[in-house]
Amino acid sequence: MKNSLGKEIPEYIEGIGKLEPFQGAWTKLSKGWMDEATIPAPNKAKMAHQSKICESLRVAIEKSNPKDGMTITFHHHLRNGDIILAQSMMILHEMGIKDITLAASSLNDCHDSILPLLKDKTITGIWASGIRGELGKAISRGVLEKPVIIHSHGGRVRAIHTGRIRPDLTIIAASAADIEGNATGSHGKSAFGSIGYAVIDARYSKQVIVVTDNLVPYPCIPLSITQNFVDYVVVVDSIGDASKIATGTTRITNSPIDLKIAKIAADVIEHSGLFKNGFSFQVGAGGASLAVAKFVREKMKKHEIKGSFMLGGITSYCVDMLNEGLFETLFDVQSFDAAVSNSLLNDRRHIEIPAALYANPYNCGCMTNKLDIVVLGALEIDTDFNVNVITGSDGNIRGASGGHSDTASGAELTVVVCPSFRSRIPIIKDKVHTIVTPGETVHVLVTERGVCVNPKFKHLEENLKNCGFKVMDILDLKKELDGITGVAKEIEFEDKIVGLVEYRDGTIIDVIKQLKV
Amino acid sequence: MLYIPGNNPAMLQQGGVYGADSLLLDLEDAVAINQKDAARILVKHLITNINYYDSEVCVRINHLSTPFGKADLEAIVPLQPHAIRYPKTETAKELLELIDMIEEIENRHNLAHNKMEIHAMIETAMGVQNVFEIAGCHIRVGAITIGGQDLTADMNIIYTPDGAGIDFARKRIVMAAKAHHIDVIDTVFVDINDEEGLRRETEYSKKIGFTGKAVINPRQIDIIHEVYNPTEDEIRRAYRIVKEFYKNKEAGIGVFAIDGKMIDAPIVTRAQYVLELAGVSVGE
Repeated sequence: MKNSLGKEIPEYIEGIGKLEPFQGAWTKLSKGWMDEATIPAPNKAKMAHQSKICESLRVAIEKSNPKDGMTITFHHHLRNGDIILAQSMMILHEMGIKDITLAASSLNDCHDSILPLLKDKTITGIWASGIRGELGKAISRGVLEKPVIIHSHGGRVRAIHTGRIRPDLTIIAASAADIEGNATGSHGKSAFGSIGYAVIDARYSKQVIVVTDNLVPYPCIPLSITQNFVDYVVVVDSIGDASKIATGTTRITNSPIDLKIAKIAADVIEHSGLFKNGFSFQVGAGGASLAVAKFVREKMKKHEIKGSFMLGGITSYCVDMLNEGLFETLFDVQSFDAAVSNSLLNDRRHIEIPAALYANPYNCGCMTNKLDIVVLGALEIDTDFNVNVITGSDGNIRGASGGHSDTASGAELTVVVCPSFRSRIPIIKDKVHTIVTPGETVHVLVTERGVCVNPKFKHLEENLKNCGFKVMDILDLKKELDGITGVAKEIEFEDKIVGLVEYRDGTIIDVIKQLKV
Repeated sequence: MLYIPGNNPAMLQQGGVYGADSLLLDLEDAVAINQKDAARILVKHLITNINYYDSEVCVRINHLSTPFGKADLEAIVPLQPHAIRYPKTETAKELLELIDMIEEIENRHNLAHNKMEIHAMIETAMGVQNVFEIAGCHIRVGAITIGGQDLTADMNIIYTPDGAGIDFARKRIVMAAKAHHIDVIDTVFVDINDEEGLRRETEYSKKIGFTGKAVINPRQIDIIHEVYNPTEDEIRRAYRIVKEFYKNKEAGIGVFAIDGKMIDAPIVTRAQYVLELAGVSVGE
């Protein structure tokens, strides 16, 4: 069957189930309810004063009674500094557990070491918002029999609510916790800030283990994860390296191209009609996205504009803007550098939020719905403004859906920023390899060579033209770029599907096929 | 004016996107000896194939005393960029010899002699001494520039952030350009992370009469534009002066006052220049 973007979607996949094709960004949402039933959270009981402390991670995992075919979940707040996921998976491997579905909120380069577990069928299924490094390459080459499922941050919450992901065991790394399992990421030597992605896992998992390298006297405040969902607590020497959360993504770029793009994007924002007192704003970390914040900050000061809130991945740059009084509030589902933790802990205007409140489409209104302006990156964009943030120009899985489609769906103005070329490959395609965010939710593309407005949003194009912007037709820009580099040879794929890209409402927006090598 | 090494394809193809008034595609000091041929071929192809939008394109060739200068001319002159920049110019005679060679190549390609400018770089003590003759030696000399790094090397002094060692040269070169009514471009500011230092030096350049400044990194362009572009207040005042000038001219009055200050011909000329920079026209 074909979805509304013309992508061929299988009706059923063994081990995953029936699939529903994408029908438009708001088609399902506009009903006002979700057709799928939510599953009940597990019923648990604990005797009074019964200790939850386990002497090691292995003991805790053994107590959770792991079985073949289980689903295990993790958060990725430590990003590239995480060591708990790999350690836990090796323990399960040593215990001989097979056929595990790994449902981490995202997988990074630091998880390369679990690749052998995909090869020996310890891990046979993966749900994640992003997959990078060697795992991404191996999956793209068909290491798993079953396709992985890429979801958005909001979509993951929906998937857990509806039982598409049914966690048997959740292991939550926390930079501080008490003996009952109240836990947080906002203080301790490995502080990583918000723990927002783990909240839904704790609520729905049959067994929950909190792992910390900083056991604090009861109660651990703030109660980011609460004891009523936690079965076991483990104290370890280290949960990882918080300094690797950022890996350069929170520094304002020195790249002249990124700065040029960011400057144009900030000008677009200034003249969009939405840059006014009380506006809300989200930017990604790293590259041109974060640099947009730098220029927006300058413009806010110049025009004495005060925003309402910044949302999503919060960097120390956002904290600076809060402290300068440029925004009233930060809503933090994920902290992009450890330096944010202090603000999260001590400033009541800096609020930790769970992923459900951030971006789950199926509730009475997530915060992405309140966004005025979001600035997002892209690996590729096509002439219909569909965006790929998951597969690279070589066809390998190497990125993350993250909150991309969630925020694009909610924002009044979605600005995609990216350079015209990556190495020698133009980023504008007739058709992107993999659609993650549908073009109907993307308003503007900004590259260093010009601004392209989605023709669906005529009023915006008129606004920008009236303000003196040279708006380019995306087809003309594509032609110009192809004229410089030539058109890249198409990547060849096998028929086997190695990945399904789920839109936030649970429908399948695209499939990723195995690379021909 | 943005310097771009002639052997860097990525930088060359992106050169036009930064909004520089002009680009200097460099075949000389930015290119290693063993890359000279590659750079020449690359620049030749990119000039004809890349859209540099609103930026003028200049090419800095190697000096004719090197084994590369003549080949550079043969490759670049037929393409007729906006200008050819000649490094380490020391005398009017050598510049005239260069222009002769250029015009001989132009003749062979049936090209007019009035399109491409010649820019002379002054980067030796001898060049500074002879700069008045150099600037005025030929109608095709459209600009002179100072090369601070080479000049300090030639003077055997260390380049200091305050520019003390080349201050005399700067002012002498500016005066030569003004005497011949041609553009004069200041040397690069090498610390790309020192934005305040760049701003200070650019403000000084503007104050002593340079009409522009060379940059080695696109991040420096905005600061230079901010300094050189007239402010909103300057534009408003210039507009008022020129408007009043036209009104008084009709009445046969050459000197008049605005807010109690005398306005005469030189001030009007300056105001007209400000409006020209800002792209503002005043109807007579």
